[in-house]
Amino acid sequence: MLVVEKNNLSYEIERMIKEYGNDRQSLLQILQAIQKKYKHISDFAQQEIARLMNIHPVEVYSVISFYSFLSTEPKGRNIVRLCKTIACDMAGKDAVEIAVKRELGISFGETTNDQRISLEYTNCLGMCNEGPAMLINEKVYTHLDPEMAVNILNEIK
Amino acid sequence: METTLKTSKKRTGPVLFSNYQQADGIKKAIELGRENILLELKNSGLKGRGGAGFSTATKWMLSAAANAEKKFIVCNADEGEPGTFKDRVLLLEYPELVFDGMVIAGFTIGAKTGIVYLRGEYEYMLPSLEGFLNNMKEENLLGKNILEKEGFDFDINIRLGSGAYVCGEETALIESLEGYRGEPRNRPPFPVNTGYLGYPTIVNNVETLASIPHIIYKGGEWFKKNGTDKSKGSKLFSVSGDCRKPGVYELQWGTKINELLDIVEAKNCKAVQVGGASGVCLPKSQFNRSLAYEDAVTGGSIIIFDESRNMLKILKNFMEFFVEESCGQCTPCRVGNTKLLEGVENIEKGEYTFSYINKLKELGKTMQAASKCGLGQSSPNSFISILDNFKEEIFYSNRKGIKNVKA
Amino acid sequence: MLKRENIRIPVSQQALIVEKPIDTTTIGGTVTIQINEKKVSVPFGTTILDACKENQIHIPTLCHHPDLCIAGVCRICVVEVEGLRTLQTSCSFPVTSPIKIHTSTEKVRKARRHIIDLLLSEHYGECYSCFRNGNCELQSLAKEYGVDGYSFGHILEPKYKVDKSSAAVIRDMNKCILCKRCVRTCIDLQEVGVLEAINRGHETHVGTFLDKPLADVICINCGQCINRCPTAALRANDPSDEIWNAIDDPKKHVVIQTAPSPRAAIGEEFGIEPGHSFTGELNTALRRIGFDKVFDTNFTADLTIMEEGTELLRRLKKAVVEKDSSVKLPQFTSCSPGWIKFIEHFYPEYLDYLSSAKSPQQMFGAVIKTFYAKESKIDPADIITVALMPCAAKKFECNRPEMNSSGFKDVDYGLTTREMAKMIREAGIHLPEMPKSNFDEPFGNASGAGLIFGATGGVMEAALRTVYELVTGREVPFENLRIESCRGFEGIKQASIKLENCVESYNFLEGVELKFIVAHGTANAKKVMEMLQRGELSDVHFVEIMACPGGCLGGGGQPIPTSEEIRRKRAQAIYEEEEGLPVRKSHENVHIKYIYENFLTDGPCGELSHKLLHTHYTKRGKYIS
Ligand SMILES: Cc1cc2nc3c(=O)[nH]c(=O)nc-3n(C[C@H](O)[C@H](O)[C@H](O)COP(=O)(O)O)c2cc1C
Ligand code: SF4
Ligand code: SF4
Ligand code: SF4
Ligand code: SF4
Ligand code: FES
Ligand code: FES
Repeated sequence: MLVVEKNNLSYEIERMIKEYGNDRQSLLQILQAIQKKYKHISDFAQQEIARLMNIHPVEVYSVISFYSFLSTEPKGRNIVRLCKTIACDMAGKDAVEIAVKRELGISFGETTNDQRISLEYTNCLGMCNEGPAMLINEKVYTHLDPEMAVNILNEIK
Repeated sequence: METTLKTSKKRTGPVLFSNYQQADGIKKAIELGRENILLELKNSGLKGRGGAGFSTATKWMLSAAANAEKKFIVCNADEGEPGTFKDRVLLLEYPELVFDGMVIAGFTIGAKTGIVYLRGEYEYMLPSLEGFLNNMKEENLLGKNILEKEGFDFDINIRLGSGAYVCGEETALIESLEGYRGEPRNRPPFPVNTGYLGYPTIVNNVETLASIPHIIYKGGEWFKKNGTDKSKGSKLFSVSGDCRKPGVYELQWGTKINELLDIVEAKNCKAVQVGGASGVCLPKSQFNRSLAYEDAVTGGSIIIFDESRNMLKILKNFMEFFVEESCGQCTPCRVGNTKLLEGVENIEKGEYTFSYINKLKELGKTMQAASKCGLGQSSPNSFISILDNFKEEIFYSNRKGIKNVKA
Repeated sequence: MLKRENIRIPVSQQALIVEKPIDTTTIGGTVTIQINEKKVSVPFGTTILDACKENQIHIPTLCHHPDLCIAGVCRICVVEVEGLRTLQTSCSFPVTSPIKIHTSTEKVRKARRHIIDLLLSEHYGECYSCFRNGNCELQSLAKEYGVDGYSFGHILEPKYKVDKSSAAVIRDMNKCILCKRCVRTCIDLQEVGVLEAINRGHETHVGTFLDKPLADVICINCGQCINRCPTAALRANDPSDEIWNAIDDPKKHVVIQTAPSPRAAIGEEFGIEPGHSFTGELNTALRRIGFDKVFDTNFTADLTIMEEGTELLRRLKKAVVEKDSSVKLPQFTSCSPGWIKFIEHFYPEYLDYLSSAKSPQQMFGAVIKTFYAKESKIDPADIITVALMPCAAKKFECNRPEMNSSGFKDVDYGLTTREMAKMIREAGIHLPEMPKSNFDEPFGNASGAGLIFGATGGVMEAALRTVYELVTGREVPFENLRIESCRGFEGIKQASIKLENCVESYNFLEGVELKFIVAHGTANAKKVMEMLQRGELSDVHFVEIMACPGGCLGGGGQPIPTSEEIRRKRAQAIYEEEEGLPVRKSHENVHIKYIYENFLTDGPCGELSHKLLHTHYTKRGKYIS
């Protein structure tokens, strides 16, 4: 990482900590904000957060590793999360899954080379009556069929 | 491309979805005063809608009685139980019920802060909910001296989860709010005494809170008219799976499973999962059971399986869910669920003996008794009920003609 | 009524305990409960586990540890409480009402057995090839519950790579049962914060920052986590094979130095109750094993006192007489390598406060490969120095690149008490049966001042005995030389001693109140450093810090298990042995006088001693790249 980038990141984290407070109960909010902006929480960011919040880096890492929506590895600009829980599964999630994988040429858990899309599974999205469902960043798409899913993915930048 | 989200509300019922004008409940609450609110609540017989079914009046009384400089009201909007989506409908279409309920709770126990723990998957609701809260502030339904009542201060903020089912468990939720891993705490002490940041905290489900304004405004007697002896009022059911009209239904407590299946137009139904992945799976022969705390209890999730479904695959999907979603701190749940999943896989492969199956069921009972939180205590429910109720299909038929859940 | 034990640690690991009434005779002060048909009264808020223990009812535990707060995660301690649907963990359940408890119903026994079965199903490895064989809590439980097979299968391939990167601690997560005792030790007890639970669900494991090897993160090598691990998931890096090779090699001259704490604890490895010293027996055993010479680390402890004490007096002189404001006071002790690494990582800007004196172990290494080699006419290249230590961090210390002032690696191997016991057993020796013998010349038996280095406050007490006498010409004014204010297990002790009627050369200290602080465990060290940062130590002169709770006697290389009670007994053994020694002040040790007269001829803190006996430190900082 370049020094300039590091400085920017430190600055950003400091700003967030000012906004949310440096009490432990702000940790998750800060992590979510960084995840959203940088699509992952880097080693350096974790240590900066730990320093500014006066906790141990391993505690930050431990919290990140607990929550599915936080990651330490860089993710694509858009994170696609396909529900694999029972109702969506019964409604035809498999067909969507296959189509999406084929279209993007990557498997679930991977990111496209152009960093455009990361594919992930998720558990029940609370859209069970409208399955199959998927989440793209924070937006939810339901009643998917393979063609529709692929069209949606092709449209996002 | 916009979200393809549509309204999922399918039946307007007599209680929760009945008419309500924002702020009516709060006004009435101020009129009644704390003690009367608690009496009204007690009279209504309201029990928690989040799954555990604990008496709401008792919970409120305990935290009202607690002596502390700060108290908190937490709305549990982590709705993660597979097959549950009623809280989503409430939050999107009836936010006034939920928030009024929180304000009333704050008034009753003397809390100044309300927190909505919204699951990360529902982040798309954030703008509309925050807009709604701002309106409430403008109308003096939030903030200082609410409705001119001296000293009645209350604010609500929304905090997001980050994709962990276990954070719906109330103490895990509190841990998560405090910035830790969502690992459930030891109990006692309970959140009503020692909750968020160590202060007395009420954690209530979205639907529980949404019932409050009705009860306060219309009275416990009115609420009680619906339901059964032990289950008062009505309930929102999230129906999904094999039926023509999946969606959210408000039905009386005590409705028979058969009746529900008719309403949602389910055909050739073989099994009904009552209570989501952590609930039980009932076969046809038990469809005359009623949905109520005293019989087939559910936090609202009803998943319907028709004749074409492979019960073993369904069970496997459930067990995979628990293996991933266990917080991993206690032995029975962390390791137990993997053993149950392993058992399902072995049955799939045909590599099992009945003594092995029985051993696993015994293990399930230990998990129910010895796990630290409700997740591990209920995750064996599906395992035990599916293997018991669908023996024929799983162990004796050659499973030809049964469509796989997974390709 | 309810309070948190400690706000610093993750709440999931915090005991939310009920404050016990100060006076149990008041109404509500005690609760009468029923445990298996027996009615007993216990103080309000007692845990079921403690209530049972007091009434001789055994309940198995795994995640519970007397030094740590309650976790309630292993679930092995479950009991039935009448009226409650689920089983309750006795370690976490406070008694606040007259409950009825059943500790051994069918449901309870079955649950415990299941939990053991589950743990074993994921436990990779076999007891016969495991260093904890015979002293493993999981193994004893399996035995207690008559496990004679694997009910739910048994893992056949290791899931995790064994982390051997650290010079001190080896982590084999395949044997971990996720009791998180190490996590609570590292984060809460020591406040170093290396270990935490990573991931969730079935992927949960105990890991480091970014799951890096232990050598690459801020581990201070204190080994406290090893002492509290119920299984073999954590162990020290054991050099005994290399030592055997050296012993078997006729060309090598293998000498061993033994620190005070192992002697006071090694008996525990041979089934003796804690609290007995085996100094003489150990000397004999070591010779029988084949060590060519057995030396007493207390000799260099005495030497440390001479060097560190002189350094302190010089700093005082500079500060008081020369009014040199650049002098760093208080002076911090430097004999605990865990503490050294702690300050290098967490407070690198304060390294100048440390005494530059090496630890006794490293001084001895340097002295052996120079002075001793010369005196006994042995090529230092043929000398192997082994250090028997209570400590895991000593293994890291002897491998520090700067520790070669003799021209060779000063100390070749650091060996823990546990590993030494193993070697003794391997040699077919039952230690308690050995006849006693003395240490070898030219260092002989050291003073008692060196011996008490083993307990927290010992270095301070030894230093005061010497410094006070150097400055005033009189013995410290305490009965039997016992400086009680240095003793005991309070986390941070502060005291002072007035210097009056000083001798000529030290009259600049006339009337000075010599103030000192003693802290043990790095959590307490952290508190002291925060006091220093806030400028609260400006009138303090000397600070002793030991990284391990209780001091070296509670070191990471000492016999397992550990508890405050055990550590207290070890301390008692040390103090008792000390009072029986003929020489009890470092400066009166004749061998010390000899070495200053014949080898370190320019005296304490002189040029040669600077080369051999002093060192420098590295600013490590907290960032990991
Ligand atoms: C694993 C697990 C997940 C839970 N998820 C939720 C949830 O998503 N929403 C909810 O309201 N309650 C959930 N609960 C129940 C809560 O622990 C708690 O009982 C509930 O929020 C109390 O509110 P109530 O009394 O209004 O039902 C869950 C419990 C467990 C054990
Ligand atoms: S039962 Fe499962 S989710 Fe609950 S505390 Fe134990 S491991 Fe965590
Ligand atoms: S850790 Fe304990 S149970 Fe495991 S192999 Fe070693 S002695 Fe046996
Ligand atoms: S040796 Fe000490 S610092 Fe290192 S992991 Fe263990 S307890 Fe933590
Ligand atoms: S390494 Fe040892 S102390 Fe740490 S969790 Fe595992 S078994 Fe427990
Ligand atoms: S199962 Fe897919 S959204 Fe509920
Ligand atoms: S000893 Fe009580 S839960 Fe582990």
